[in-house]
Amino acid sequence: MHGDRGERFELHRWLYRTMFTIRTVEERLARSFMAGLIHGACHTYVGEEAVATGVCAGLTDDDAVFSTHRGHGHALAKGVSPAALIAELYGRETGISHGRGGSMHLFAPEIGLMGTSGIVGPCILQAAGAGYSAKLLENGSIGVAFFGDGAVGNGAFHEGLNLAAIYDLPVLFVCENNLYATEVPFSYASRNPDVASRASGYGIAGIGVDGNDVLAVHEAATGAIRRARAGEGPTLIEARTYRTRPHAEGMSPTGVYRTEEEVAEWREKDPISRFRSRILSEGTVPESDLDRIESDVRAEVDEAEREAAAAPWPDGGTAPSHVYRETT
Amino acid sequence: MTERTFTEAAREALSDAMDADPTIFVVGEGAGERGGNFETTAGLYEKHGPVRLCDTPICERGFIGMCTGAAMTGTRPVVDFMFTDFILDGLGELINQTSKMQYMSNGRLKMPMVLRGCIGIGHSAATHHSGSYYPLFVHIPGFRVALPSNPADAKGLFATALRSEDPVFFMEHRHLLNLKGPVPEGEHRVPFGQAAVAREGTDATVVALTVMVHHALQIAEELSGEGVSLEIIDPRTVAPLDTETILESVRKTGRLLIVDETFMPCGIGAEISAHVTEHGFDELDAPIMRLNGAHVPTPYSPSLEQAVVPDRASIEQAVRELLAE
Ligand SMILES: Cc1ncc(C[n+]2csc(CCOP(=O)(O)OP(=O)(O)O)c2C)c(N)n1
Repeated sequence: MHGDRGERFELHRWLYRTMFTIRTVEERLARSFMAGLIHGACHTYVGEEAVATGVCAGLTDDDAVFSTHRGHGHALAKGVSPAALIAELYGRETGISHGRGGSMHLFAPEIGLMGTSGIVGPCILQAAGAGYSAKLLENGSIGVAFFGDGAVGNGAFHEGLNLAAIYDLPVLFVCENNLYATEVPFSYASRNPDVASRASGYGIAGIGVDGNDVLAVHEAATGAIRRARAGEGPTLIEARTYRTRPHAEGMSPTGVYRTEEEVAEWREKDPISRFRSRILSEGTVPESDLDRIESDVRAEVDEAEREAAAAPWPDGGTAPSHVYRETT
Repeated sequence: MTERTFTEAAREALSDAMDADPTIFVVGEGAGERGGNFETTAGLYEKHGPVRLCDTPICERGFIGMCTGAAMTGTRPVVDFMFTDFILDGLGELINQTSKMQYMSNGRLKMPMVLRGCIGIGHSAATHHSGSYYPLFVHIPGFRVALPSNPADAKGLFATALRSEDPVFFMEHRHLLNLKGPVPEGEHRVPFGQAAVAREGTDATVVALTVMVHHALQIAEELSGEGVSLEIIDPRTVAPLDTETILESVRKTGRLLIVDETFMPCGIGAEISAHVTEHGFDELDAPIMRLNGAHVPTPYSPSLEQAVVPDRASIEQAVRELLAE
């Protein structure tokens, strides 16, 4: 009983801290975008924090995560520091990809972040590839793909799920169904609104979950991860969630495609404040701890931002390096 | 003539063509009610509705294949691909199917399909949103490739593309989308395979593509103060490529520089250079020079990005080297 309590205390603290870190970094980046400090596109994860957090809580550094254009949350939940992330978006030498990648090309393979991507779809196939490696190497690790509802209509979804299914690969396919792809409603792009139900078409497990409930996501992911590690094959998880900010910074948060009322409704289901209430009602973590987490994270992100803004630019002369690994 | 942006001029051509030809339809992510990610179809949905202005899921291979089938069966699809990087998912469809359907059917099928969208480095968009890749399409028999550098040509080349019986890539450099310039009113078509002499000169020929035309023109203007006279040629289409206009210019100047943002190996510069060497060797007073973007995926950070793309300084330096030969 005591041990269980201690575990829950640690888990809830980690989940809270991770979600709050993602939110704080994203809101900071949104302001930095307006200030002209971010050079390319910036897709934030505000409102969807529970998905990356709930899934990554069950992963180790050896598990390989493949992400999307909306990948800051996945990177942070996998263990990339706010400092390395912000510096990358600022285009600086101290960034996680030394300024080569920016928002959509975040790589930290040392801790299993195998990349965010500017192209919709490939993460699904590559996660199957990580599953294949794990199967061959028998190392117990798994592959995880995060992708949006927009990727469900892409051929990569069909091919990736089928490949993972027929080879019983240890893979989690995590669809973050936030109802829109850019500004195209999922209800327009698909006749079947239920992503999880597609799993049966491939003969694999499928779970639909409230993506704004971090414990529900965590529970679904934990089961799927256990099955994957036990050689029982892939799982498709549909996390139903919502982004409350625009598709990309600089765009409008509402428009032809959705109303302000709808956004306001989803703000009410904010995953962070919901989790906070739950923690407090269950008493797993004292409120003072949560407040402390918040002030620590704010301080860390402020410092990270200051460091990024002061960091040097990469030397243009290094642009051609790393095209090849071997010199000939 | 009226002042129009590049995007407005192309949209005018599309709008006119859609009025005249009810078999034209446009597909793309956001091409419908939202009017295109770069306002390529703004206002057309209201006029023509959802069947002719069709929003798609994110399935480039899917809609390229679908449009290929549509073009074979009596309609005229326009694929609005946003960034050229995205259609790489459909390369198998394009190269194995779209480009050679006419040939395989011994000329009984036609393939009136237009693929249009953005190319180009320069917005810290990084390597999945900065590609141009047109040399790839030039390499494949069956494709036409148009590279407008100004609003008038955007209108005129797009108008021609929309009436072509062959598959055409109409590629719009992101730097040029908001560029303003005079555009002929009403019907205006620029034929494929006819280069424009963007500036006449006698000392050296610079062939430049898309946004590089503008850099080259500025350098020509600056160097004219030193008594240097550059001739600037804008091929406008690279498949077909107007080699005659280039040769004619080289006969006059004896010196040739080709400036292209895309990669050097097996590129447009290599093609032009080989052609001029084969057919105009005796006219040359100096080795042909090429200036290209670095042969690397496009990096994100401004300091790295600047280092991989030709700019005015590197063009000027190349011109000086060429003249010193
Ligand atoms: C192959 C490809 N086509 C188009 C795009 C342009 N694009 C970027 S994000 C996006 C929408 C993605 O929607 P979704 O997968 O649902 O993820 P969300 O943005 O909602 O997180 C589109 C169409 C792209 N990046 N890659």
